[in-house]
Amino acid sequence: MNAKHIAIIDYGMGNLHSVASAVQHVAPDVKIDVTADPQRIADADHVIFPGVGAIRDCMAEILRLNLDKVVADVIAQGKPLLAICVGMQALMNRSEENDGVACLGHFDGEVKYFSDSEEFKVNANAQSTQSQEVQDHLKVPHMGWNQVNQSIDHPLWANIANDSRFYFVHSYYIEMQNAEKRAGECHYGLGFTSAISDKNVFAVQFHPEKSHKDGLQLLKNFVQWDGKVS
Amino acid sequence: MGLAKRIIPCLDVDKGRVVKGVQFVDIRDAGDPVEIAKKYNEQGADEITFLDITASHEDRDTTVHTVEKIASEVFIPLTVGGGIRELADIRKMLNAGADKVSINSAAVHNPAFVGEAAEKFGSQCIVVAIDAKRVSAPGETARWEIFTHDGRKPTGIDAVEWAVLMTNYGAGEILLTSMDRDGTKDGFDLGVTRAISDAVQVPVIASGGVGCLQHLVDGVKQGGADAVLAASIFHFGQYSIEEAKLHMRREGLEVRL
Repeated sequence: MNAKHIAIIDYGMGNLHSVASAVQHVAPDVKIDVTADPQRIADADHVIFPGVGAIRDCMAEILRLNLDKVVADVIAQGKPLLAICVGMQALMNRSEENDGVACLGHFDGEVKYFSDSEEFKVNANAQSTQSQEVQDHLKVPHMGWNQVNQSIDHPLWANIANDSRFYFVHSYYIEMQNAEKRAGECHYGLGFTSAISDKNVFAVQFHPEKSHKDGLQLLKNFVQWDGKVS
Repeated sequence: MGLAKRIIPCLDVDKGRVVKGVQFVDIRDAGDPVEIAKKYNEQGADEITFLDITASHEDRDTTVHTVEKIASEVFIPLTVGGGIRELADIRKMLNAGADKVSINSAAVHNPAFVGEAAEKFGSQCIVVAIDAKRVSAPGETARWEIFTHDGRKPTGIDAVEWAVLMTNYGAGEILLTSMDRDGTKDGFDLGVTRAISDAVQVPVIASGGVGCLQHLVDGVKQGGADAVLAASIFHFGQYSIEEAKLHMRREGLEVRL
């Protein structure tokens, strides 16, 4: 049997070395292809859709390289797809970043700015009065290790304790319309969706490739996943 | 439940070797940055900062190689600083596997460089390092200025205003080192840490002066820091990262354990 083939979609936004090396670390035998070539992505057994940076630039490159169609095909074919950070945000309807950017629309929901949320503003500044434990105004970006509450059982959460901490770095968060597709929730001044599950698609706001043992476990689970949710 | 305060061990690296002395009983090659980074990773470090203090240009290739090796074995965020002067330097370090770069004197020479870097690579990977020194006399309203050249050269720039300016240019994080405290083991300069932490929107990493575990707690509670950086208390095996986190948790802080 041939080695499993994993494509990491490369649209020129950010450094994919971390994702590739983390996957290779947990699955030394898989063949990893960092590529924008539609054919090579179509040939892969599993696909990872990462992303960092501004959504406007990300979406522009995704469309320029016709990756919108490629991602739609991967989803339609039932192939396991893992979207990370801005890759996850790109699957939503729309982002408020860069004065509003239309996204791929695979999931109903919007990507919003923490500091624009009234709930966030109230909580961000109220914390210091709660006790003499000085917890100062919440910073944006939301940067560091936060707990993810697993909303559902899922093969990608296998061997990961509920409320484990993962590494986040983002200023925009996802507000989901459809709670049924929520796979994980996080709290930072407000509650937000930090993981989405829909058939063969799993999307995370945090960076599993930077999240130590639990992040590596999630990547390992992804490599072993058949794309089905029991 | 919430965001954990981060502990960041710092490796000062010269010609591919960790300097400032390191004593791990069970590491044969005590100065190897890759081995040390792996050790801290196992102990539960939240990030690693790698400061290249190599003077010569040729030795920078060693740095790139070392960063590549660390990034392929340590799966937590890695910040690389020292000698970041142009966009090509940033690209080189990010390609080698760094998640963030730390810009110091190049920002002082040309503040717009931080803006270009953030525009090109995103604020999330641009850390501005600030070396601050108190310039006010005792009894006066406290004031701190930016110093370059290891704290020897004053710039006349107000540290708090500078931090705000840097975040306006797009810095995603501030690494604040007190040049008065660095190496003293007397604890962070809590005054400047508090002043900058309150003035900016982005996370602040406190650095310089940690001599015991309570200093880490003070940096967060009194200084308002989002993360604390230390070198020698960890390098000399005085405390492990885990011990530091247990202490912080006993003191009521959220940490990743």
